[in-house]
Amino acid sequence: MKKKLLATLAVGILLATAGCSASSPAPALSVAPTKDSLSGSVTVFAAASLTKTFGALAAKFEAAHPGVTVTTSFAGSADLVAQITAGAPADVFASADAKNMAKVSTLVGSPVNFATNMLEIAVPPGNPAKIATFADLARPGVKTVVCAPAVPCGAATVAIEAATGVKLTPVSEENAVTDVLGKVSSAEADAGLVYVTDVKGAGSRVTGIPFPQSSTAVNTYPIATIAASKNSKVATAFVEYVTGTVGRAVLAAAGFGAP
Amino acid sequence: MDVAGTRRASFSGVPRWVIVIALIGAAFVLVPLVAMASRVNWGGFVALVSSESSVAALLLSLRTSVAATILCVAFGVPMALVLGRTSFPGQRLVRTIVLLPLVLPPVIGGIALLAAFGRQGLLGRPLEVLGISVAFSTVAVVIAQTFVALPFLVLSLEGALRLAGTRYEAVAATLGARPTTVLRRITLPLVLPALLSGAVLSFARALGEFGATLTFAGSLQGVTRTLPLEIYLQREIDPDAAVALSLVLVIVSLVVVGLTLRTAPGSRPGRVAQ
Repeated sequence: MKKKLLATLAVGILLATAGCSASSPAPALSVAPTKDSLSGSVTVFAAASLTKTFGALAAKFEAAHPGVTVTTSFAGSADLVAQITAGAPADVFASADAKNMAKVSTLVGSPVNFATNMLEIAVPPGNPAKIATFADLARPGVKTVVCAPAVPCGAATVAIEAATGVKLTPVSEENAVTDVLGKVSSAEADAGLVYVTDVKGAGSRVTGIPFPQSSTAVNTYPIATIAASKNSKVATAFVEYVTGTVGRAVLAAAGFGAP
Repeated sequence: MDVAGTRRASFSGVPRWVIVIALIGAAFVLVPLVAMASRVNWGGFVALVSSESSVAALLLSLRTSVAATILCVAFGVPMALVLGRTSFPGQRLVRTIVLLPLVLPPVIGGIALLAAFGRQGLLGRPLEVLGISVAFSTVAVVIAQTFVALPFLVLSLEGALRLAGTRYEAVAATLGARPTTVLRRITLPLVLPALLSGAVLSFARALGEFGATLTFAGSLQGVTRTLPLEIYLQREIDPDAAVALSLVLVIVSLVVVGLTLRTAPGSRPGRVAQ
């Protein structure tokens, strides 16, 4: 019995510790000789909401500079800040808000704002609760899901509540904007507050309802090179690429506003 | 029990290299926990763990875990009896499915529960029509916890049932005891220690439930935000509070596992309640 129990415990502990980690493996390095002065590899840490755009930008940057490899790592800005503070080998950091960038101000070069994002109401297809305005979210019986005030999208939500005077009573305050989106796209919730880019990225799974008051809480995304970067030349070039015309076009196509 | 234990320990048939590897393994488990404890801001510990949101999360966690454990016992005991005392076609398959939540990543459990109990779900939609909404309620938390914790009870109880054998039950039956009397007077007392340890393990698993709750129940203070979810959220704003709360959960889990190991060795088939 004791053995059996210990085995059970061991299994349980193994299961309980099964974790997850996400990282993009570096693509095969092209060794073709090139006149391009840039070479080597850089690691870009970017906020989760930039997953699609920065994935595309990294590929385009690599295509433009055959000697360069860009490895990307996407997570919540706060997670990335914790990793950078702990000495993770990043060369570039793109944050979803100025607050998180400020937390690593001593470890980065001067940040440049490269995009903005605003909240939008997301509803399941068909809009079962007939949401039309921000005030509708506070209607009794409407299941509204928002981000917790501690995370950037939740802070923006609080700002809009203050600006509109509409007090929401959400059924859930999620940790990440993707969790809000998930609750809406599965039709668990009648409505959620997510970023314009999330609605765009979700395609037909949710319907977006813009509201004028969203302009009272605009999130600005800063990008900076990491001071300890071993390849600051390429890191700087990538930052310039993101803030340049190509970066602007890719970001605008995904719904990001100009800074 | 103690005598036997001592005797077994004094026979040192374990090669030294095995002990060395075992020590490395133990350190592997221990070092991260000690490292975390060393990060605790002791000066602010009481204030950190007694904030309104922390207390709400802890109380919610305890409440839901107790409810989940009761459900685990209520359903798990009959399940273990059926699996351990009867034989039917497809039994192996049924056992595998019952134990599946053990090996499923909790997020998948959450997605599956959504498909069943969500507003658009298989059972959720009819329930919604009846005016019962599970979504975003404390009930959803209990459902998620029960889902992941149930196999622990079934597994430990079924093992004990098989180990105990059916001798006493057969004797009782030949003496004229009805099946329910046999169950109540012979079988259950026989496996009571295993039942207790299984229940404690289920409680511990329910207490630690995170992924399925996050996916299925949402996160709202006092309603669905259990201690693990609160820790995850606090990490965003106040890492000190997250570490302090983690330590609280570690201590509770230690006590729970300690209780289990104390109750476990008593389940010798020779000792039967009169």
